[in-house]
Amino acid sequence: MNIPIEYYIWLSTVLFSIGVLGVLYRRNAIIIFACIELMLNAVNLLMVAFSAKLNDSNGQVFVFFIMAVAAAEVAVGLAILVMMYRKTKSVDIDILNRLRG
Amino acid sequence: MSTGAMICLIPLLPLFGFVLISLTGKRLVKGFAALIACASVLVAFAFAVALFVKLLKGSGPLTATMFQWISAGNFSASISFLVDPLSSLMLLVITGVGFLIHVYSIGYMHDDEAFNRFMSYLNLFVFFMLLLVMGSNYLVMFVGWEGVGLCSYLLIGFWFKNQDYNDAANKAFIMNRIGDLGLLVGMILIFITFGSLNYADVLPKAEAIGTPVLTLITILLFIGAMGKSAQIPLYTWLPDAMAGPTPVSALIHAATMVTAGVYMVARNNILYTLSPIAMQLVLVIGLATALFAATIALAQNDIKKVLAYSTVSQLGLMFVALGVGAYASGIFHMVTHAFFKALLFLGAGSVIHAMHHEQDIRKMGGLRKYIPLTYFTFLVGVLAIAGIPPFAGFFSKDEILANAFRQNPVAWGIAVLASLLTAFYMFRLLFLTFFGKTRASEDTIHHIHESPKSMTIPLIFLAILSLGGGFMGVPELLGGGNWISGFLSPVFARSTELHVEHHLSHTTEFALMGIIVVFTLVMIGLAYRRYVAKAHVPAAEGAPLTPAHKTIYNKYYVDEIYDAVIVKPLYWISKLFDIVIERSGIDRLVNLIGDSLNDWSGIFRRIQNGHLGYYIFVMVLGVILIVAFSYTR
Repeated sequence: MNIPIEYYIWLSTVLFSIGVLGVLYRRNAIIIFACIELMLNAVNLLMVAFSAKLNDSNGQVFVFFIMAVAAAEVAVGLAILVMMYRKTKSVDIDILNRLRG
Repeated sequence: MSTGAMICLIPLLPLFGFVLISLTGKRLVKGFAALIACASVLVAFAFAVALFVKLLKGSGPLTATMFQWISAGNFSASISFLVDPLSSLMLLVITGVGFLIHVYSIGYMHDDEAFNRFMSYLNLFVFFMLLLVMGSNYLVMFVGWEGVGLCSYLLIGFWFKNQDYNDAANKAFIMNRIGDLGLLVGMILIFITFGSLNYADVLPKAEAIGTPVLTLITILLFIGAMGKSAQIPLYTWLPDAMAGPTPVSALIHAATMVTAGVYMVARNNILYTLSPIAMQLVLVIGLATALFAATIALAQNDIKKVLAYSTVSQLGLMFVALGVGAYASGIFHMVTHAFFKALLFLGAGSVIHAMHHEQDIRKMGGLRKYIPLTYFTFLVGVLAIAGIPPFAGFFSKDEILANAFRQNPVAWGIAVLASLLTAFYMFRLLFLTFFGKTRASEDTIHHIHESPKSMTIPLIFLAILSLGGGFMGVPELLGGGNWISGFLSPVFARSTELHVEHHLSHTTEFALMGIIVVFTLVMIGLAYRRYVAKAHVPAAEGAPLTPAHKTIYNKYYVDEIYDAVIVKPLYWISKLFDIVIERSGIDRLVNLIGDSLNDWSGIFRRIQNGHLGYYIFVMVLGVILIVAFSYTR
């Protein structure tokens, strides 16, 4: 069974766009976080697809790196979120503007 | 050692002392700082003596060039020195008297916490003064000229915690600047006229230049001399300069720096001889200053102020000598004045030291018993300045007066009056300080003590010089050879040739001398009658005075007049400029620039509003635009 590469491109484009729009329009930090993950995984999907098509394992190695980095990012990001919630009793990022010059 | 090295080392040694002491600062032990300071000047003195001996043996003027300093186009100046009879004599006075005053300072300043700073400033002063008299071109002289002004400023304001002293230092500096401007413009004019600033290029060519230009040059140079040598109208800084420590008053404001103007005019004697108008000006200013300052000194009650005004008066007398073309007599009087005025100042310092910093002669009296050595040396100084034979002042003053009589009997009359007044106020000072009953408080009397050896030994040396210094210029009339005049003659040779001398008969000269001595003795008698026999004490502060007395007590209100005529209008003008140009002109322009920047940034800072979502939106928009752009290309 051979799925054309265009399908993968379209799917990851859609996923990535959803992620971007989510980051842009949502104010809830957890949702934004999930959207970032969505963008990362859209990229991962594309990489794996091309890796299979071109018979080059480099793409898959990249994907592992991205997953590892994403996991680390989640650990740090969620910790920040927890601290933020304790301080402000909210996960709305628009009230986090105290560093504004 | 070669002559050139010796010449260069003379100014370098005090500079070296200054650098060493000032770099080590307070870490250096006081005794060691004193040793460096005194030794550097003493060695310089030894070299000066060696050079002097060389000149005596008939060697021509000695020169030494250290290095090329400035070279631009057809202008070049080098740091080079000239030792001829005139500068050699100055060298001896500066290093010799300077050394004695250095030694004196060890005792006088011993308890001062800034002792090392004081010593280093003194050394720096000696360096600049040597540069001034040794320079073989106008530029080196000018460096020294400015340098001594700086040292004078630093030393007048030495006790800078007292604002009055700082004001006095500022006054001295600013007054000198006015004169310096004249000197500078004069130098520029010399360069334009002669195309060089070397004495060797300028002075011999003077006769080829027209009188109007020379007159302008000499008057400008003389303005410089007025500032430095405290002549009317720029003299008011000198009495205020007494705020400095007494050794400074002795070294800078009596013996050396203030005579720089006399030296400068004597150095340029040929220019002055060729310009009769400038000579007249020098004579008139000298006479006016001599008389004016002498009358002010009559009513002063501060021991140092009296001496300050007497210095102004004596400097006036030196300019009288220069103004009548008797350059050698002017220099002769400058040398003897350096001896006896340094002695008087150091003696006054010893009195002040003994009286625990009391300077008011109304609170002294009878000190003869307590500090006999100071009294004795002070007496020698007073006799010298009053012109009693055979003390130093007699010969030099008499020579000036005789020369003035030759030229113009009216000038002679004024000069004699000034010198008679000098005799009166100096003896007034002596009697009020050392004779009669002691008017100090019991407590002070109890503590009066003779000064330490480091102070009294310089006094003794200077007393010997004040006693014997006159013998270098015993006139022919009294069977002397007038050695100093002969020694200096190469410097003034051309001027002497040009100058028409009316010779006086010996009888007239004897008569003049006799008249002056007799009247001087009468003046002393008057002073004795008033201040010893009648035990008159000047009125206390605030007591009613006769109008005349009040006027001279307040120094003819010259400071007040200057304040009203010059200082206040300057303030008004500056106030006007402040409002018109500064505030509504420059300030508004600057504020306009600032405000417009502020307004523009107000527009742009709305972009940076701190909303994260907005930033990301812009970023994504940017990415999309870049991608779109690269596809469509």
